[in-house]
Amino acid sequence: MMADAPQSWARAMRAMAALAVDPGALKGLTLRARAGPVRQTAEAALSKLPGRQHRIHPSLTDTQLFGGLNISASLSEGRLVKDKGLADRPATLILPMAERCPPGLAIRLGQLLDAGLGHALILLDEGAEPEEEGHAALQDRLAFHVDLNGLRWSEVSVRLPAPADIEAARSHLMRIALPEGAIQSLTVLATRFGIDSLRAPLMAVSTARALAALDHADTVTEAHLSEAAELVYPVRATHLPQEPDQDDTSQEAETPPDEGHSSDGDGTTPNTLPDDLMIEAVAALLPDGLLDRVSAKTRSAQPLSGGGAGARRRGNRTGRPLPSRPGHPDGRARIDVIATLRAAVPWQALRPKRGDARIIIYPSDIRLRHYEDRSDRLVIFIVDASGSAAMARLAEAKGAVELLLGQAYARRDHVALVAFRGTGAETLLPPTRSLVQAKRRLAALPGGGGTPLAAGLEAAAQLAEQARSRGLSPTFALLTDGRANIALDGAAGRAQAQSDAANRAAQLGALTLQGCVIDTAPRPGPEATNLARALGVASISLPRADAQRLSQAIETELDR
Amino acid sequence: MKTPFPFSAIVGQEQMKRAMILTAIDPGIGGVLVFGDRGTGKSTAVRALAALLPPISVVRGCPVNSSDPADCPDWAHASETDLVERPTPVVDLPLGVTEDRVTGALDIERALTRGEKAFEPGLLARANRGYLYIDEVNLLEDHIVDLLLDVAQSGLNAVEREGLSIRHDARFVLVGSGNPEEGELRPQLLDRFGLSVEVTSPDTIDERIEVIRRRTAFENETDHFLARWQAEDATLRESILAARAALSNTETPDNILRDCAQLSMTLGADGLRGELTLLRAARAYAAFSSAEQITRDHLRSIAPIALSHRLRRDPLDEAGSVARVSRAVVDVLG
Repeated sequence: MMADAPQSWARAMRAMAALAVDPGALKGLTLRARAGPVRQTAEAALSKLPGRQHRIHPSLTDTQLFGGLNISASLSEGRLVKDKGLADRPATLILPMAERCPPGLAIRLGQLLDAGLGHALILLDEGAEPEEEGHAALQDRLAFHVDLNGLRWSEVSVRLPAPADIEAARSHLMRIALPEGAIQSLTVLATRFGIDSLRAPLMAVSTARALAALDHADTVTEAHLSEAAELVYPVRATHLPQEPDQDDTSQEAETPPDEGHSSDGDGTTPNTLPDDLMIEAVAALLPDGLLDRVSAKTRSAQPLSGGGAGARRRGNRTGRPLPSRPGHPDGRARIDVIATLRAAVPWQALRPKRGDARIIIYPSDIRLRHYEDRSDRLVIFIVDASGSAAMARLAEAKGAVELLLGQAYARRDHVALVAFRGTGAETLLPPTRSLVQAKRRLAALPGGGGTPLAAGLEAAAQLAEQARSRGLSPTFALLTDGRANIALDGAAGRAQAQSDAANRAAQLGALTLQGCVIDTAPRPGPEATNLARALGVASISLPRADAQRLSQAIETELDR
Repeated sequence: MKTPFPFSAIVGQEQMKRAMILTAIDPGIGGVLVFGDRGTGKSTAVRALAALLPPISVVRGCPVNSSDPADCPDWAHASETDLVERPTPVVDLPLGVTEDRVTGALDIERALTRGEKAFEPGLLARANRGYLYIDEVNLLEDHIVDLLLDVAQSGLNAVEREGLSIRHDARFVLVGSGNPEEGELRPQLLDRFGLSVEVTSPDTIDERIEVIRRRTAFENETDHFLARWQAEDATLRESILAARAALSNTETPDNILRDCAQLSMTLGADGLRGELTLLRAARAYAAFSSAEQITRDHLRSIAPIALSHRLRRDPLDEAGSVARVSRAVVDVLG
């Protein structure tokens, strides 16, 4: 895809033009680009599109979006003043840093787009890593996804149709005929690429019409259809196109299960398959590493919890009230009326009387209510799956973790799973609430190999720090016999391994987390106790405990 | 606001459509939960439902849609007593909503500008006698969920804050939709939904093509399309009204009661709400299919949507609960 850079720019221009023609149906586009001259050119192109445009930001409030009472203005004028929201009139909303868009805003924007008031949304996605990307439900609603990374500035220039042409295309749009079979071929094509959402073919149909309108054509031609497919499908594809007669067993184990029936569907209508040319055209544009992305998508079970929203200590539960503070009412915090009045009263004598108002309140008097934010707990299970543990207690450990997972579900805790064996540690499950996934990963966890305790502790410490920066309260349960024999660099050797482990334990201990160490050795030794001391937590040795008792013990420790 | 897509023009998704029609016939069933992938028409169906519902008559100017001037709450200071026809309210509960917006609170505008203590009704008041729709219900914040649980159970919204002490009726049908990939729903909230439906993308090419075809027609030849399908919607509305009337005359044979109880016991569903909902939904379904009494066939079609979300759920159980219900249905009903 990077090889034909100018072409990908041409497609971006085409997508923007199509969007300008039919913003109501196409809803918008995701522009993925790092800050730089190429993105500036793209933004310049966007600004040339006709229609009202507003730049919004991820911390947009409801009042700004949907309108509401302007309290400050109301107070100073002594009558109700309402703010108009951005949602009132159709406009193109441009959201920079879309990868940081909080889920609440994403869903409200999605609802705004669904309302069909003619709004369009441009997401400027600056995510550097493939995992950093905007809200999936929102992206699904936007027709286009343009990736400008890898383009050079010298290759790009704004080439958009003149506003008059776009206007002409708009009025022409309703008269464009859709040839027989166009819907069919676009739909079949979508299933061939494993696109489940029905929005994709809808978007493709609308795109084809918009493109035809731009080209002053009266009917949608084959070329428009294939161009529309090239614009809409590649980013949504979940697998490479499959021959209809190919059976399901050849599919990757990682591909989602729903694809089975989509290829069944192909088999039922063999005579309506779209041209192979069209398939090849779209296939050529599939993003690199498609399968990596597919598996990454299934892995990030809870894309909303963090969303790359940065370090912000904000839980999702509100706790006890804190003293009220002055502030600007934005629809999120509640006004504390009593405190506001109390703040206004001492000044009444000084304030000029206005009409028959009994009390005069200035915007600066307004006090907002604040609550303590309580954050969700994350339980990190650090499981020793080495040979020594596997022999003795891995099955019980798995059972205990499963039971704890069940309790975590009841308490709405998040769970994460780190396992270490052989020469290193692996984060089997990033923090999630999807317990089905947790169980699946746990059941599939093999045992055997050395005990790279240091690597396990290091991975857990990283995870805990990440979780903390996202506003979760991490806790951990470490299940090990403490007998490290693999050093951090993967080399065998008990002495180096033990000193590495002590080192990492101190590092994890410095985070002062709640937690416990479960000694899984058949005969409890001093290793686990020392480890627990370094971590600053209790050590539980339960040589004969079953999974049930183990989980009870851990639960008591964590609740301390 | 644009005209919503007509309900009867939705292709496939029979279970979802049936569940929604049943709650329209008997609001006592208590709501629908629709779980499914993106782009399967969940929101479309809910918005379409609003247009399908028969209008209700309310006291003019009453903030809680009372049907009788005597029921109008005192705090509303409604002086009018005449009744007007209004479409059944379908109120959206957005995700980031504050508690104030949901329950209602002191009217800040009046408090600060005029120094008066007045109550500003919230979304629950507006949703009374109608529907409350929560998109992405599994992502709703916990404190809002707690609040809804309480009101959904008692049918009464009690506001005790800032010197206000207000009570008003809040009986609504809860409709939730969500994508299970993005998080699970709390069991307590799950239990409040009468029926639960899982939707998937249509699995035949022809069905998919038909979806796209109808949607394109809706976008481009809106008037023509609406003229055709609104007639069908009207027919459906008639049959909903007819079913409502027939509801009280639909007999419930004793053996059906026994079957309901047996089904719930076999499945080990918690509490009696499962049986009650199953029975109510089956009765509504019988009335809808103009049967004189509930038969086992009705139970068979209703059991999966009425019971699948009530099983004592092992959160780690991967086998779908729908499969468990179907098995139990075969065991009990043969």
